[in-house]
Amino acid sequence: MRHFAKLMAVSAFTALMATTATSALAQTPKDTVVMAKQIDDIISLDPAEAFEFSGVEVGANVYDKLVGVDLANGNKLVGELAESWTVSPDQLTYTFKLRPNVKFHSGNPLTSADVIYSIQRAVTLNKSPGFILTQFGLNKDTVLDKVKAPDASTVVITVSKPFAPTFFLNCLTSGVAAVVDAKLVKANEKNGDWGNEWLKLNSAGSGAYKVRAYRPNEQYALDANESWYKGAPKNKRVVVRHVAEPASQRLLLEKGDIDMARNLSKDQLDGVKASKDIDIVQGDKGYILYLGLNQKNPNLAKPEVREALKYLVDYTAIEKNIVEGTYKGHESFLPKGFLGAIDDKPYKFDLAKAKELLAKAGLKDGFTVTMDTRSVSPITDIAQAIQASWAQAGVKLEIIPGDGKQTLTKYRARTHDIYIGQWGPDYLDPHTNAETFAINENNGEDAKSKTLAWRNAWDIPEMTKKTQANVLESDATKRAAVYGDLQREHQKVSPFVIMFQQVEVTAERKNVKGWVIGPSSDTNFYAPITKG
Amino acid sequence: MGQGSRWGRIAGRELTTVAITIFGLLLVTFLIARVMPIDPVLAVVGDRAPADVYEKARLDLGLDKPLWQQFAIYIGKVFSGDLGRSVLTSNLVTEDLRTVFPATLELATLGTLIGVVIGVPFGVVAATHQGRWPDQIARIVGLFGYSIPVFWLGLMGLLLFYAKLGWVAGPGRVGVAYQDLFDPITGIVVLDAALQGEWDAFRDAFSHLILPASVLGILSVAYISRMTRSFMINELQQQYVVAARVKGVSEFRVVWGHALRNAVVPLVTVIALSYMHLLEGSVLTETIFAWPGLGRYLTNSLLNADMNAVLGGTLLVGAVFIGINLLSDIVGRLADPRAR
Repeated sequence: MRHFAKLMAVSAFTALMATTATSALAQTPKDTVVMAKQIDDIISLDPAEAFEFSGVEVGANVYDKLVGVDLANGNKLVGELAESWTVSPDQLTYTFKLRPNVKFHSGNPLTSADVIYSIQRAVTLNKSPGFILTQFGLNKDTVLDKVKAPDASTVVITVSKPFAPTFFLNCLTSGVAAVVDAKLVKANEKNGDWGNEWLKLNSAGSGAYKVRAYRPNEQYALDANESWYKGAPKNKRVVVRHVAEPASQRLLLEKGDIDMARNLSKDQLDGVKASKDIDIVQGDKGYILYLGLNQKNPNLAKPEVREALKYLVDYTAIEKNIVEGTYKGHESFLPKGFLGAIDDKPYKFDLAKAKELLAKAGLKDGFTVTMDTRSVSPITDIAQAIQASWAQAGVKLEIIPGDGKQTLTKYRARTHDIYIGQWGPDYLDPHTNAETFAINENNGEDAKSKTLAWRNAWDIPEMTKKTQANVLESDATKRAAVYGDLQREHQKVSPFVIMFQQVEVTAERKNVKGWVIGPSSDTNFYAPITKG
Repeated sequence: MGQGSRWGRIAGRELTTVAITIFGLLLVTFLIARVMPIDPVLAVVGDRAPADVYEKARLDLGLDKPLWQQFAIYIGKVFSGDLGRSVLTSNLVTEDLRTVFPATLELATLGTLIGVVIGVPFGVVAATHQGRWPDQIARIVGLFGYSIPVFWLGLMGLLLFYAKLGWVAGPGRVGVAYQDLFDPITGIVVLDAALQGEWDAFRDAFSHLILPASVLGILSVAYISRMTRSFMINELQQQYVVAARVKGVSEFRVVWGHALRNAVVPLVTVIALSYMHLLEGSVLTETIFAWPGLGRYLTNSLLNADMNAVLGGTLLVGAVFIGINLLSDIVGRLADPRAR
């Protein structure tokens, strides 16, 4: 017994000593940029597989692509690994001339063989982002016929239809088209997996950084590539730590234990705005926040009801009170910054007009409808605001809360009434959103392509044809004009209440400079970041 | 009949119970996770994969087979030591558990230690001062520990001790400057740093650990002090206490030497229970403190219907429960001369 008491006393003393001795705090190392970010969405770092925000962002900083976009110049296409390119008059053949003397992190030279291997690898593995390339007729059986290398610095790609050149080239700017180090990846192949297992956690690129260590759900650390062809990055290392709780991110930033906080919500932003040590950086993201009205619901299938519900959302109040700084009003399916995007906002909160439309639909006293709502901020808060404004017209909205995957499973099975959610572009071309919002080839349960239009059982043979034809339009101006028309019609008739476009916000220490938030995760580059 | 075969029979019976318990645990977890309306394929390919990619992933996961067959395949693999691969992290589940469990172990152990060091004396004093102010204070502390939501306590703790006072480090397990200084041998950061003689890293890791451990510790303090109090009140009413007092033994010895010693036996069970509870992982604490532990891993896996990870985690929790139960039995027997 005496022994036990002594043990307790000793342990109490040690605990006490230890806590009082630890008041010194570590600041972030000088050449290292430390971010707090929610990175638990990463499934893989393999560019042929990564298709979530965080995974794609890593790829953007580790790999190079043939072409990219110039953020400072209206997202204009520019050559990256490809020094130049030509398009044949029939718009079927693209010839890329590779930049000379580019080396991978391993020291291996980057040649046309690596480009071919990378494309072959991506379409053969055919993981989630694979379709971005396979939609051009490149697949595991045809790829070696369609992608050829006459010499070590030339790549020739033949596509299946005379697609708009902007469409094909825009698709090549996405992560799945990144060029991997063929020699290194082949050395890490296991059972014919194209090195997928290994690339999930490691990197084999030529980009600004190489992956030093990645621990899923915990952090990744990138080391600068001093011999990057665009010049060495402005910092030596980037460490991104998974901090799920925004309030914790804010505290870490205020204390200076991190340099940048990537997921602060409106409340936290309001809190740090006034601080003299912290700057806010904003950038328009391609994410669209919308309501999907399932046309299997007989009430929602009435055109007047669809329009009435669009008049019943108080866009300005939600923006001001709930999402200020993180979303802004946007009512068309192409996000600002995309070819053909329009800024029309035909809908404002108008109770009288909505009531009139409901009466015309024979629903003078309103109706009851459910909405599957992901239990996260700000989705829940927006849903509640909508619930309140719809109630004014007698529309009784029941919110069904759920986890992300749960609500999504229901949405994909078309068993929802209304779904509130976000849609982000898969690549930097208008077709990505046009396809999902305005194409529905087959409204049956056996459909192969289950777009958002399909998920809401919206049967649109005419609009489908018009949208599909537009990817073959070679004149970029004409192409943009058609997208404008499509969006205006879509605004009027579609079962989508498009409300907001996301604004990505980073709060950073004052000494951090050079961070620019691009329009997609493919364009969030770490290389220009400096710490003064 | 010899001693040997008697012990053999007992061990055999225990083992059968353990096997049946684990099997039942897995079956129930499997069913719960499978009837949840969440599509596990989404965790593999995401929301935007085309139909053929989706279908291939579904077949790869074996989701086209009947439920009982899926379960049978899983059990078969478990027996050969293969817990499968998590679709969410794409690691082997055993590897994932090897990284997340030490994180939880670290928190839970220090949390329980705090619970014991503070909770037991608190309980004893409360028992000897029944109804008077020390008892009231212990009661308030207990009530506080039970009823304050842990996420609030965690955030307030961070705000006060990290942001305002700067006594402890913030969320995360170790500062960026220290993380490359030592290798993960055990996965328990403070231990790894100490083993490799990186004392600065050790201090940094400890200052990250102490706050979340204290938050969990307050829960333990509440529970352990209440239970200690009631065990002590029971002991202090026993005849041997009267006898000791009549003999003229000092009150200090009566309380701390005789009564507490007898209360230790049930107390070990209580401490074990509280330890087990913390070892399951605490999702909220782990989230606030960016602590990559078992609680968050399990919850995340469950919300993504990541079956292998959920079952593997459950298996581990089950094994830990059984292990600690066994351990507390042994300690209980050692502390109780009658059971020796």
